[in-house]
Amino acid sequence: MNLLIKAGRVIDPSQGIDKVADLLVENGVVKEIGAGLAAPAGTEVIDAAGKYVVPGLIDMHVHLRDPGLEYKEDIVSGARAAVAGGFTSVCCMPNTKPVIDNKAIASYIIAKAKEQGLCNVFPVGTITQGMGGERLSEMGELKESGCVAVSDDGRPVKSAELMRRALQYARGMGIMVISHAEDLELVGEGTMNEGFTSTELGLKGIPRVAEDIATAREIMLAEYTGSPVHIAHVSTEGAVRIIRDAKARGVRVTCETAPHYFTLTDDAVRGYNTNAKMNPPLREAADLAAIREGLADGTIDCIATDHAPHHIDEKDLEFNEAMNGIIGLETSLPLSLGLVRDGVLTLPALVERMSCRPSAILGLDRGTLRPGAIADVTVIDPEKGWTVTPAALASKSKNSPWLGAEMQGAAACTIVGGKVVYTRG
Amino acid sequence: MKAFKHKDIIALRDLSKEEIELLIETAEGMREVNSREIKKVPTLRGRTIINLFYESSTRTRTSFEIAGKRLSADTVNISPSTSSATKGETLSDTALNLLAMKPDIIVMRHAVSGSHYYLSGRLPGCSIINAGDGAHEHPSQGLLDMLTMKDRFGRLDGLKVAIVGDITHSRVARSNIQGLTKMGSAVFLAGPPTMMPPGVERLGNVTVCSTMKEAIQDADVVMMLRIQQERQGKTLMPNTREYSRYFGLNPENLKLAKPDAMVMHPGPINRGVEMSSHVVDGSQSHILKQVENGVAVRMSMLYHVCGGELE
Repeated sequence: MNLLIKAGRVIDPSQGIDKVADLLVENGVVKEIGAGLAAPAGTEVIDAAGKYVVPGLIDMHVHLRDPGLEYKEDIVSGARAAVAGGFTSVCCMPNTKPVIDNKAIASYIIAKAKEQGLCNVFPVGTITQGMGGERLSEMGELKESGCVAVSDDGRPVKSAELMRRALQYARGMGIMVISHAEDLELVGEGTMNEGFTSTELGLKGIPRVAEDIATAREIMLAEYTGSPVHIAHVSTEGAVRIIRDAKARGVRVTCETAPHYFTLTDDAVRGYNTNAKMNPPLREAADLAAIREGLADGTIDCIATDHAPHHIDEKDLEFNEAMNGIIGLETSLPLSLGLVRDGVLTLPALVERMSCRPSAILGLDRGTLRPGAIADVTVIDPEKGWTVTPAALASKSKNSPWLGAEMQGAAACTIVGGKVVYTRG
Repeated sequence: MKAFKHKDIIALRDLSKEEIELLIETAEGMREVNSREIKKVPTLRGRTIINLFYESSTRTRTSFEIAGKRLSADTVNISPSTSSATKGETLSDTALNLLAMKPDIIVMRHAVSGSHYYLSGRLPGCSIINAGDGAHEHPSQGLLDMLTMKDRFGRLDGLKVAIVGDITHSRVARSNIQGLTKMGSAVFLAGPPTMMPPGVERLGNVTVCSTMKEAIQDADVVMMLRIQQERQGKTLMPNTREYSRYFGLNPENLKLAKPDAMVMHPGPINRGVEMSSHVVDGSQSHILKQVENGVAVRMSMLYHVCGGELE
């Protein structure tokens, strides 16, 4: 099946392209970008006038809950949510049941993802066996079996010595370490950001310094060992500053933030809203501004959602009892387009943060529309208005702080390997 | 008669000055009932009150129970062994089961801040009264503290009230800050910085003092908070010995306050830690008066959430 995507604004930072053009896809790969391309016989034509045509979006941080926690999400429902949100690739975190610390689990995920045939699912393996924080996992075999990174996301590696060894060992195996950077002792029993709002609501706070210290530790270890490290879900002003300084020094550090950290503050917790409860927690106005600044100046490489589905029974509870995390795959694109509307990012810079950079950081052969590249393409309707409702979301879980909110922008069409896997009705 | 419009009383933050005044004025009237030989009026006859206490409490639960009984309501006490949804029944399910028995009021104490709001949305037609939620609020304590201050000074505006202790973990402090600010008084806080929550000065007319001396200097009221070795002992302070040396109230430092200053404590007291026995039992102590006023204030709260109409 061949495709001709006609007259869209093609934005591909990997080639410095930003122009209205046609995109021809043949046999699953990009054939040509140009004006007035002819459609060979049997070619499906997609009218992209008024729309953006970009390298397929990549979310390098999602939780698909499969295997073991399928009542929250599974690979199929998660992939449906991904393609509806414009993502052609997602990287799933290893805190499943059992955790992704061996070839069997990684292979199961890859096989099931192939079967669903919607988007690419790249598993992230664990840093430590069983995510126990004691012994390194078999990173060599994890990589061989298709894992694109390792992370103990959700259970930060407590020991600095073990983290140092993980960074060294992973470098040898050529696999990226993604750190959930939080000092668990400083997090303590906190349930939201520590600040005026936690004082007023009488909730135990998580100080920002819990993230800053852990971020600084990872950077110092990366610097000492000469290894790369990727910091997940950056939420604080301090972490942005620490990463910016490290990059200026030449440390091999990259990082991501999530849409909730550049759109919401801990005010969203008022009313004890458990759909505003996640880890790291929503911070304050100064942090939100710093995150936006970090995105603008390139300190923050990527936007990733930390899509964390939870069943309603795990969220419809007293605040302390509710689980951490929110879904994000289907709201990320409109919220991130908001950064362009607000003048924080140019459109090409946004495409870099959502496609090119995650691909480069993880060494994927994606994130580009170069002739010959795998045809992962997202067609974006930047004007599309829609309302976030449980029925509008493909994800099994509905734990979104934006329920009821109006969104602007959506994926019009998602193409994976040259195949149209999603078209917005 | 002024009307009280709320179904629930969860936080003094949610009430206006006028509503707080109304609750205190009604409590003053209720004291007359408590001084009779037959301490019972038929006001809430036929009403059912459930006291649902997820945290242990002697004083507050007994006080609510007596308040309900003096108004002729039927009161039932329930103390579930755990509030953890993972170990037992969820709060929501417990409450829905109780609701099926048609209570008029649920008085709840719960360790999780905000759990009363969670409950309120699920229980239409039943009033919720907060008897303490986590470190959030304890409105009946705030009201009885203000009634006790009003007894002494005849007013609640222009007072300097010092609150000393672990402010971070104190729902009593938060309710007093909310209430006293609305009534026109000023709150001065003291305690080790490990026990002072960020931004607390923005909660109301609040000044955070660097020493206890500064807070109690010329104060009209000195309110001491309970120190619990098991809670604060881990990282917030070295031990109770040093704590009482710098943040304990004794006859010496009490002299810094106004000569007729009143001393208060929400109880239970750790004698010799936050207060010396001389002060607890001294002439300036109003601690037992607070307990006495507690019953009247809770009668007022029960009365007003039931519609505030006398039979």
